[in-house]
Amino acid sequence: MIEQHTIALAGNPNTGKSTLFNLLTGLKQHTGNWAGKTVDMKAGYFSHKDRKYEIVDLPGTYSLYSNSADEELARNYIIFEKPEITIVVLDATSLERNMNLALQVLEMTGRVIVVMNLMDEADKRGILINEKILMRRLGVPVIKISSRNRTGVDMLLDTIDRMITGEISTEPVTVVYDEETEKKIILLEEKAENIFQGRLPARWVALRLLDGDQRLIEEIEKRFAGRLEDGFAGRASVSTIGRSV
Amino acid sequence: MGMAKTISLADGEKGDRIRISKLHIEGVMRRRLLDLGFVPGRIVEVLRKSPLGDPIAFRVSQTCIALRKEESGQIEGELVDS
Amino acid sequence: MALQGEQASQRLEDLFKEAGHLSTPGLRDHVVEQLYKKSSELTAAGVTYTKSGHDEHSEKLDRIFTSPVFGFPIMLALLGAVFYLTIAGANVPSAMLADFFSWLEGYIAVGFEKAGSPDWLYGVLVLGFYRGTSWVVSVMLPPMAIFFPVFALLENYGYLPRVAFNMDRLFKVVGAHGKQSLTMAMGFGCNAAAIMSTRIIESPRERMLAILTNNFVPCNGRWGTLIVLASLFMAGSLAGGTQLLAATGVIVGLVLFGIFVTFFVSWLLSKTLLKGVPTHYTLELPPYRKPKVFDVVIRSSINQTLAVLSRAVKIAAPAGVLTWILANVTVGDTSILLHIVQFLDPMGQMLGLDGYILMAFLLGLPANEVVLPILLMGYLSTGAMVDVDGIGGLKQILLDHGWTWVTALNMMLFSLLHYPCGTTMVNIYQETKSVKWTFLSFLIPTVIAIFVTFIVAKAAVFFQLI
Repeated sequence: MIEQHTIALAGNPNTGKSTLFNLLTGLKQHTGNWAGKTVDMKAGYFSHKDRKYEIVDLPGTYSLYSNSADEELARNYIIFEKPEITIVVLDATSLERNMNLALQVLEMTGRVIVVMNLMDEADKRGILINEKILMRRLGVPVIKISSRNRTGVDMLLDTIDRMITGEISTEPVTVVYDEETEKKIILLEEKAENIFQGRLPARWVALRLLDGDQRLIEEIEKRFAGRLEDGFAGRASVSTIGRSV
Repeated sequence: MGMAKTISLADGEKGDRIRISKLHIEGVMRRRLLDLGFVPGRIVEVLRKSPLGDPIAFRVSQTCIALRKEESGQIEGELVDS
Repeated sequence: MALQGEQASQRLEDLFKEAGHLSTPGLRDHVVEQLYKKSSELTAAGVTYTKSGHDEHSEKLDRIFTSPVFGFPIMLALLGAVFYLTIAGANVPSAMLADFFSWLEGYIAVGFEKAGSPDWLYGVLVLGFYRGTSWVVSVMLPPMAIFFPVFALLENYGYLPRVAFNMDRLFKVVGAHGKQSLTMAMGFGCNAAAIMSTRIIESPRERMLAILTNNFVPCNGRWGTLIVLASLFMAGSLAGGTQLLAATGVIVGLVLFGIFVTFFVSWLLSKTLLKGVPTHYTLELPPYRKPKVFDVVIRSSINQTLAVLSRAVKIAAPAGVLTWILANVTVGDTSILLHIVQFLDPMGQMLGLDGYILMAFLLGLPANEVVLPILLMGYLSTGAMVDVDGIGGLKQILLDHGWTWVTALNMMLFSLLHYPCGTTMVNIYQETKSVKWTFLSFLIPTVIAIFVTFIVAKAAVFFQLI
């Protein structure tokens, strides 16, 4: 049997994320149960070059700081379910705000493809985007598409494929904060790394802790508590933890 | 120059451009506003008022976001000459 | 070294505490500001604006759709147009589906006879199961297949957030969120789905208001009842085209009344159980985008069609079977069904209804779609649902059971205001995780439905309208 690869689709609301999702999956979709909670996150399937993919359409959010149920859901999926690739869909006509979310995702995972959607709209409004510069600065693939006009999708599929095969590796940019904050981050990052040993991105955890993200702590503890089906950072680690509890 | 007038976003008239200086809001709402681009230093433009006078729509980071008086009244900024 | 679960958890707690000490009040602002600065740098480096970069098109349209003069009339006109399209467009396909099902039933009946099946089996399977299912499909499918795509088109076009923008002031007065107008709009299709959609409202208090009041928007499952009764009793004497208009008018009136009740209940809850200041109001007005008409129509039709069909089989079918059994199993000299009807009748009469109608609403708890067919099964006491095409004959059946326009009006009001269907209540529980709020979502509408129909019934008698 062929292995199935997982992809998550993140982005601001109104970025045409669902249009892209529909375009990729056609009618092969279902609304699934995730991590024991009944939520309406859609999953869909597609194949490309003999590879099968499951793609999950995360709720559209402005940020991933768990201000709302939707944000928490999207955040938890990326952090705990660890999709092999996270596609961040940006609205090419309002890149500044959208880029904000992309940077947040990059703090969580490096396996990211940034998609500039609504390029047709951007063209019409005279917005020129140099994706090569952005690609260099972000350290991950940046692809222009228009899911409305179905342009750029082949390029996206190709990039997904090459990322799975390891042909493309990413070097995600790190946002460096002011000196004082950085000191704190580094201090906490080390200790977080000690606890999680690579299972969660330590720098990101440090930032969230500094932000007082109580909900994240609760979520981690819930997933720690030996609930095997939820998984804590992959199956192998689950059994280790499960046995010791 | 040097005559920049400080007003709240709620007092802005259609077409006004305001550079945000301070958010007098705490908690989750503050986070949400920051996420949306109501960040000190940025310029927002008053786009239009709802038919009933409130909320008011602002252009911020090339998107259009509507806020109620309760919130926009707590965001302070300087009127920018257009 | 293996990670010890409890120990790790303790270390995490400690780390969290340490972070708490390290953190400063302004830290988050700094972090977001710096993220934004980085975003600006990136965009400045990679993006060039050759024009203003603004969406002039959307701004022009917003000048019309959110105009102080035209904003509200356009909203009302669109609401009416969607209903009119749905009602007018559904007539013919409904009749065709009904014809098809009764034609098919003829063959099925012959088949059962040939196989020598006993009467009770024929009763349960054909008169109960088959007719129950086919009624729901032929009455509900066509309006749904029109409403959902039209609604999806408005949604994809970007009009709905403008409704939330226009209406927000009214919602604010009653302590609710403008986005509630969107979840209400969703409720016209299906309340159960609308309960899920309340997630777009980020603040818990306002979200709870939206959940508790969503039911006052009549869903697709109740439209059938409302449309049939409006056409038969409120516009019955008018000719073709005007009849449609009058029926649409009555429905729009009912919908507006439902919206009024929504506001009233929201206000009441804001003053009592759900006190508090509004939080978290932000609303994005995205650019208008021409929808891919074909894609949207196909997708929403297929998705919804499948949903209706499976729902029909899962819920209407058992209800049909149950009703047939209740009507055909006798205790003493009358059927169980009639016992229930007689028990409920005094209450029903008080509300300007009767025992049959209340029984239909009770048995219709799983799905509003089956209320009217169950009522007719009861009236005919054959225990089988009638053919849908006999819509002219339908009025005669109702008149024979003492119906007046007040009975019709009260049944419509009761349908509009009464407790949410089973699926919706399950969703409310899922979303709130609270027995108390789920129970209140049942209690509040029920009390209102009883109160309003009682007043209307008494008023009609008092003013000698019947």
